[in-house]
Amino acid sequence: MSQTLSPPSPAAPAAAGAPARRRRRTLRGRSWIAVFFLLPALVLLGALVVYPIVWSVVRSLFGPDGFTHFVGLSNYTDVFTDHQTLVAIKNNAVWVVVAPVAATGLGLIFAVLTDRIRWGTAFKLVVFMPMAISMLAAGIIFRLVYDQDPGKGVANAVATGVHDTFFKASAYPGAHPRVAGPGSGTLAGPVGGPYTSRPVSADGGPATLPLVGLQPSTLTGATQAASPSVCPQGALCGTVWLDFQPGGSTPGKIDQGEKALSGVRVEAVRDGRVIATATAAKDGAFALPANRLGASPVQLRLPATNFTEQYAGVNWLGPTLVTWSIIGAYVWMWTGFAMVLIAAGLAGIPRELLEAARVDGAREWQVFRRITVPLLAPVLGVVLVTLVINVLKIFDLVYVIAPGASQQDANVLALQLYLSSFGGGNDQGTGSALAVLLLALVAPAMFLNIKRFRKERSR
Amino acid sequence: MNGRAAVLTAVAVLMIGAAGCGSSDKDASSAPATTGAGGASTLDLPKLDGQKLQVAGVWTGAEQKNFLKVLARFDELTGASTTFVPTGDNVSTFVGSKIQGGSPPDVALLPQPGVLQQFAKEGWLKPLQPAVTKELDQNYSKAWRDLSTYENKQYGVFFKVTNKSLFWYNTAIWEQAGLSTTPTTWEQLLKDGQTLSDSGTPPFSIGGAEGWLVTDWFENIYLSQAGPAMYDKLTKHQIKWTDPSVTKALTTLGQIFGRPDLMAGGTRGTLQTDFPTSVGQVFSDPPKAALVYEGEFIATNITQETTAKVGTDAKVFPFPSVDGGKAPVVSSGDVAVALKDGEGAQALMRFLVSPEAAEIAVQQGGFLSPNKAVAFSNYRDDTVRGIAKNLIKAGDNIRFDMSDQAPAAFGGTKGQGEWKDLQDFLAKPSDVAGAQKQLEADAAKAFAKAG
Repeated sequence: MSQTLSPPSPAAPAAAGAPARRRRRTLRGRSWIAVFFLLPALVLLGALVVYPIVWSVVRSLFGPDGFTHFVGLSNYTDVFTDHQTLVAIKNNAVWVVVAPVAATGLGLIFAVLTDRIRWGTAFKLVVFMPMAISMLAAGIIFRLVYDQDPGKGVANAVATGVHDTFFKASAYPGAHPRVAGPGSGTLAGPVGGPYTSRPVSADGGPATLPLVGLQPSTLTGATQAASPSVCPQGALCGTVWLDFQPGGSTPGKIDQGEKALSGVRVEAVRDGRVIATATAAKDGAFALPANRLGASPVQLRLPATNFTEQYAGVNWLGPTLVTWSIIGAYVWMWTGFAMVLIAAGLAGIPRELLEAARVDGAREWQVFRRITVPLLAPVLGVVLVTLVINVLKIFDLVYVIAPGASQQDANVLALQLYLSSFGGGNDQGTGSALAVLLLALVAPAMFLNIKRFRKERSR
Repeated sequence: MNGRAAVLTAVAVLMIGAAGCGSSDKDASSAPATTGAGGASTLDLPKLDGQKLQVAGVWTGAEQKNFLKVLARFDELTGASTTFVPTGDNVSTFVGSKIQGGSPPDVALLPQPGVLQQFAKEGWLKPLQPAVTKELDQNYSKAWRDLSTYENKQYGVFFKVTNKSLFWYNTAIWEQAGLSTTPTTWEQLLKDGQTLSDSGTPPFSIGGAEGWLVTDWFENIYLSQAGPAMYDKLTKHQIKWTDPSVTKALTTLGQIFGRPDLMAGGTRGTLQTDFPTSVGQVFSDPPKAALVYEGEFIATNITQETTAKVGTDAKVFPFPSVDGGKAPVVSSGDVAVALKDGEGAQALMRFLVSPEAAEIAVQQGGFLSPNKAVAFSNYRDDTVRGIAKNLIKAGDNIRFDMSDQAPAAFGGTKGQGEWKDLQDFLAKPSDVAGAQKQLEADAAKAFAKAG
């Protein structure tokens, strides 16, 4: 356009012989045409970009109830003193630093590794595929991936699988003594164990250690519980069993049909020291040897290791991990994008340079560090800046993945903007202030990108 | 946002059981088919031949179909032609923009008393005519009438309500644990809970991922323990959340929330359990818990998502009384208001306040009416009948959902205000004072902003 509007150079043949009057009219006519052609773009830009920005800035100076209360900059002071927004800003900072770098880094690695593999294209296709999914759908997928229940969430299925390979789960998680009513009082202790009995002595007859809290139907291999049939002189004998069966039974007594809890470890404790241990047999009976016990009474203790709950997996969506988990989902989506752009850049690198370096004796790592990465720098820059802009306005993933209880801990600016404008608060003043803040944060990245485009065009 | 709307949102977002959500727009505008009711009416309704009336409400799916039958009967009696316009989740925005655009619906069903107050304040609502208020005085308890009053003028009729003070239990587990009766006091509930835990099934299934559900727990305890008068004060924020009565209620709530072994999935699992899952895991096979707390609308979830039968596999008992108070009945509901002066709108209000209209809706199921004149025999089965009796019996002690009456920023927003604070309390039930402090801070802020 600018060329059309600039006066014709003296060398231009058209201008040379033409009368001055005609030239002026042509010029005027041309500028009118120029404006005519520019108009649609100007109107659209004005209506869709400039007007909303100006409106937001103006709106941010007013209170929640429309344009009735001018509040000056107090919305901005609110934004910077509100705890929720501060958390959002902090999380946004984590996002901007971690997500683009991780996605670009992984993309670079994938691009370089698949560059010369025969099946590279197929691999790239798979990595790129998540880009075809909307953020909302990806959010729902990852909500499931991070589910606490290992039966549903694959992340926890892996975590528990790995954990259980190295640490055995206890045999009777959740088993506990009765807390109140008949049959209670024999054993006591904090929820989860250890459970300790009152002092007993060997000559007091067999000890009964009744437990409840397990479904009898889950104890498939267990046999009928029984009192110890023979007990050596001076030894302390007893039974550990599930003192419950459907349809009711006498609490504290070994009834017909009640199952033994074999394998439970029983400790004899005196003055806080373990002096003897035994393990319940198949019928739930145990015997603590006489030679270790002595004469005075001891307490029987069922250590907590008998009852440790199954490893519940990682609390992916809990307050501490939720942001990182969501960043994981984001990287899953956008690594493909980075990889494809970097791969395109990689294809443009002259092979001779790499070959020359190799001939000169450079190792592959050196080739990568000193040749590939520097040559890719412009592409990496574009990818990084694009992702930074993209990440600054992240909303959908956070909104969908974070459960209500930890939404605040996963908060980001765009989400806070939505929440304060429409999600209950209905305070579009504060919302607009947040929008302006977000714009101010995105602007430098935009500016960088535009500058880069300019430089590239002038090259 | 009320409970149901929140559920719908959650369901839509998670795309779980989204059936029925999408179809609403299509069958909305089409006038309903004739009902089988027929016959003459005792009501003295005017002839409205050829008049067109519009009714706006949040209902979709089965709820909407049910209401369309009621409207069909009205058309039959008067000759008017009535259409139902679904508003989506946010009724106040929808109706508000319609009013500002100059074409309000004749009648709207608002899900919160707060919206009624707001509309009445704006002067958008038309007060009820004497004939309607007379019937209202006869058939509705004062609690319901007060909720639809603004500055001593009666504006609305609560048409459909919920009873959010119910525990649903799996009868098989109940019997297996050797329990033969249902608890009527909080202590008894805790004791039965322990018995259930002893039998190997965690007693409570709590959808802790839903803030509104956790607030409902608190509201029931508070209403029973502190009494209706205190409940009203806390609702209006006339007493602070740091009040000793709140301390007591939260401590009581902590007797369950502080026992991960009594909650299916423990604390962590509970915080990630959404409402449909919390119902499903009680009535699935094998069940993961014995009891689930929430309103009568759970029956729908049970029927749709499990194979359990309401009335045999799934039974219900009222929320027990806490510390010697009356057993609480916390409710919510949709209130019908007239937005136009015309004869048609007032005639429809006249019809909606009558037991006849309510009975049509009641007979189709999934519906509770606060109208005392509705015969209990109209309810489809004993379970719903019991719930309805419970609701009517509560009379003036019934209270509307507290969080639904608070400014939305405090009582109706995911991850904010009361929802978030009580979820934090669920995560850390030992810190009663901290939870109260946070609740008070958030309440003060939200109430100040709402003016």
